[in-house]
Amino acid sequence: MSNLQFLWFLLIGVLFSGFFFLEGFDFGIGMAVRFFAKNRDERDTIIQTIGPHWDGNEVWLITAGGAMFASFPMWYASLFSGYYIVLFLILVALIFRGVSFEFRANMQTDQWRNFWEWAATIGSFCAAFLFGMMFTSMIQGVPMDSQGNIFGTFTTYVNWFSLVGGVAVSLLCFIHGLNFIRLKTSGELRDRAQKWSKVLYPVLLAGEVVFVILLMMYTDFFSRKPISTWSILVALVIFTLAAWWGAQARHDWVSFISSGLSLISVVVLIFNGLFPRVMIATTNAKSILIKDASSSPYTLHLMTILTFSILPIVLIYFVWSYWVFYKRLKSPAAAKE
Amino acid sequence: MFNIGLSVLGLSRFQFAMTTVFHFFFVPFSIGLAFIVAIMETVYVIKKDDTYKNMAKFWGKIFLYSFAVGVVTGIIQEFQFGMNWSEYSRFMGDIFGAPLAIEALAAFFMESTFIGLWMFTWDRFNKVIHCLFIWLTAFGSTLSAVWILAANSFMQNPVGYAINASTHRVQMTSFSAVVSNRQLWNEFPHVIFGAFLTASFVVAGASAWRLLKKDHEHFYRKSLKVGLIIGLCACLGSVWSGDTQTRYLINSQPMKFSAMEGLYKNSTNKGEWAAAAGLDTKNHKTTWSIDIPYVLNILSYHKLSGTIKGQNQVNKELKAKYDNTRQGRNIKNYYVPTKTLFWSFRLMAVSAGLFGLIAIIGLWFNRKKSQAIMRQRWFLYVMGICLWLPFIVNTAGWFITEFGRYPWVVYGLLTIADAVSPTSTVVGLLFTNIVYFLIFAGLGLVMILLSHRVLKAGPDSVTTDGYSTKPDETSKKVDPYEMGAAHNE
Ligand code: HDD
Ligand code: HEM
Ligand code: HEM
Repeated sequence: MSNLQFLWFLLIGVLFSGFFFLEGFDFGIGMAVRFFAKNRDERDTIIQTIGPHWDGNEVWLITAGGAMFASFPMWYASLFSGYYIVLFLILVALIFRGVSFEFRANMQTDQWRNFWEWAATIGSFCAAFLFGMMFTSMIQGVPMDSQGNIFGTFTTYVNWFSLVGGVAVSLLCFIHGLNFIRLKTSGELRDRAQKWSKVLYPVLLAGEVVFVILLMMYTDFFSRKPISTWSILVALVIFTLAAWWGAQARHDWVSFISSGLSLISVVVLIFNGLFPRVMIATTNAKSILIKDASSSPYTLHLMTILTFSILPIVLIYFVWSYWVFYKRLKSPAAAKE
Repeated sequence: MFNIGLSVLGLSRFQFAMTTVFHFFFVPFSIGLAFIVAIMETVYVIKKDDTYKNMAKFWGKIFLYSFAVGVVTGIIQEFQFGMNWSEYSRFMGDIFGAPLAIEALAAFFMESTFIGLWMFTWDRFNKVIHCLFIWLTAFGSTLSAVWILAANSFMQNPVGYAINASTHRVQMTSFSAVVSNRQLWNEFPHVIFGAFLTASFVVAGASAWRLLKKDHEHFYRKSLKVGLIIGLCACLGSVWSGDTQTRYLINSQPMKFSAMEGLYKNSTNKGEWAAAAGLDTKNHKTTWSIDIPYVLNILSYHKLSGTIKGQNQVNKELKAKYDNTRQGRNIKNYYVPTKTLFWSFRLMAVSAGLFGLIAIIGLWFNRKKSQAIMRQRWFLYVMGICLWLPFIVNTAGWFITEFGRYPWVVYGLLTIADAVSPTSTVVGLLFTNIVYFLIFAGLGLVMILLSHRVLKAGPDSVTTDGYSTKPDETSKKVDPYEMGAAHNE
């Protein structure tokens, strides 16, 4: 494995981390539209918190996908064709939730507004759930031929571990969304979000324990890399506890950053466990390794130069746009006065 | 067209065509409209005429719908290379991935960030800075076109690559060759002019419909004028760039070119150009044709003399070139869907003429002092109907480009049959095709209904009731764009 290949493996991980950190709260807000907000004004307000940002956040996924295609075509091809139906469902979910915010605001009847609100909620939930399911199914090892084509059966994709993984990721995203609401609103919405997350954190912790047990049973992470795997899991739990504490103590920022970091820990856990493979086959010999999956040194080199010259500029205006919309929004009741 | 029927290959092809064509209804519209809105806002900044501010907000609203649908259909595009065309992705990853990743990094981030800023900060920044946001959005969308077309151009005309001897996959050897591909710099202006044309004729056509209803005359006549001026320039631009492309094809993809002209036999020195023809694609013959002498040579060489190879001869040459090669081993012949190419080309060229004519007549009727435009109702009808034409023409153009490289996916290097995912199944593809189709139909419908509603609500809606939530809430005078601000502490 060359340094460049390693760097790009890391970068793909960074991009997915960015995606889950940012789109994580988008998904959470989407779910909150019907699960959490009580009336139309509240829904307006929480959707407004992500109004200027959700599209930019989704671009992290697009960039991650594009970067994967560019740097590890064999990985991209195997994963995407192998997880055909799962990805298809993710796409459908992303389509519905993507247009829902724009469309909802312009519907004239309550039925149609409800329709798009449910589209946002279900779409966000399904997208988060399916991403969780896909990654947890992937790290268990999948049946593959020597070309890297995956011929999975139903249980490859849907099994106890992948279901728990799906639930865990969607719950994490939901709480991350609540934490974002705490950060961006004031008054009743903020208080309620705080109340909810206080209750949800114990559930999440229980879920994490189940997740760890299943991780032991279904993957080779602990036998291959006990130390790093345990460290990351400990970090995950610490972040969860910190976020919980933040909810108790009304430290909105602590909660938000910690729930984001928990999502990132999950990504790190997966990438750490995969290394030095990119796809794990059920028969070990056929796993796809980083060193065989990448594009040519020329392309990697080129991509490195371009990424390191463009990404900093992107980050500057990306962060700046969050800065512009930094202010808290009033709760609808307060705003009416 | 899709004579492979219910096979994995046939269904994958159908899916690709359906999803990109749908994506490309919105893409040129968004690109063009972003610029038109930017121009409107610039005029507002310079002239300080509030009509232009309302115009920017009003058409900006429709732009936002189109953008949203463009975005969600775009994600499908990126995923489906891996999902449906995994062999293609393995073969092309070294080259295709780079432009795709840069597109996301350089273009999509810019577009999505600045559109967010533009939407919600009308009252927060000074005029010039706010105007800059929409320019950056427009610039971002143009950049995205450059990069994705760079990828597409490589497929049409591979350059700057080598075939790896052990893996038989392409490897990039020169990035500068890939981005300076002649195909790219022929394709890009044509696509961009097409995008301007699309958006400007939608603006003009929609304005014409409202003028028919005698609605907000001042506002819509100004919109019509902006639409037609930009439309006229774009039309001239697309004819110019289309001509460049056509002539480039003679050498780069001769089969595509002679199919566009419906030539099976070599042309004579008189350069007869078939305005219409009966094409017998089974026996590779032209059954009848309406010929105009010399036009073919004028189109091809800008001269009166010269000859063009017919498809039968090109087929022979290509067979000689590829029959014994690895990539050409399974190809029986090199004929492309001639009828599709022939008629698409004629549709494109005739429409270009029509657009030009409409723009000139429209601008004449719409002179400042004259009321002619309001009296020429037939003409307003024509414009209203022509609103739909650019979408069809864009699709026709892509039909030429994409069907014309048959049987290759990557010209001369990889065939379509070798590109498809080995893991795909007919049942899976059938299911996804049907679901996509239903979703697209639904999205298209909502998009049309919403735009229609915006148009009906008229320019006042953007200055008063905003996101026009409850119909009974007309008293709530919140600017849609300023709604975020209204709730701020
Ligand atoms: C409204 C849009 C529009 C209009 C008025 C025209 N075109 Fe076009 N045409 C397109 C929109 C388009 C397009 C959709 O944008 C395509 C598809 C791929 C491309 O590069 O542009 C295209 C492709 C395309 C191609 C295929 C290029 C290739 O395969 O490399 C040719 C030869 C032409 N055009 C030629 C013309 C000519 C001679 C025109 C006028 C006289 C013309 N087009 C008007
Ligand atoms: C710019 C990037 C594009 C790329 C990289 C691309 C690539 C491809 C690929 C891989 C296929 C499948 C193989 C095949 O059937 O030939 C295809 C087919 C097709 N594409 Fe494109 N395409 C692009 C843009 C477009 C656009 C914008 C349109 C139309 C609006 C379009 C129209 C089609 C059609 C109609 C087919 C089906 C042709 C067939 O079945 O043979 N393409 N393209
Ligand atoms: C077949 C290959 C294509 C792929 C893989 C692709 C990919 C994408 C993706 C992922 C998005 C969403 C971006 C976002 O979230 O902001 C998108 C939108 C967009 N794409 Fe495509 N696209 C393809 C074809 C094209 C073509 C041929 C063009 C232009 C000539 C184009 C231009 C755009 C633009 C301008 C947008 C922004 C959305 C909009 O303004 O409607 N794409 N595309």
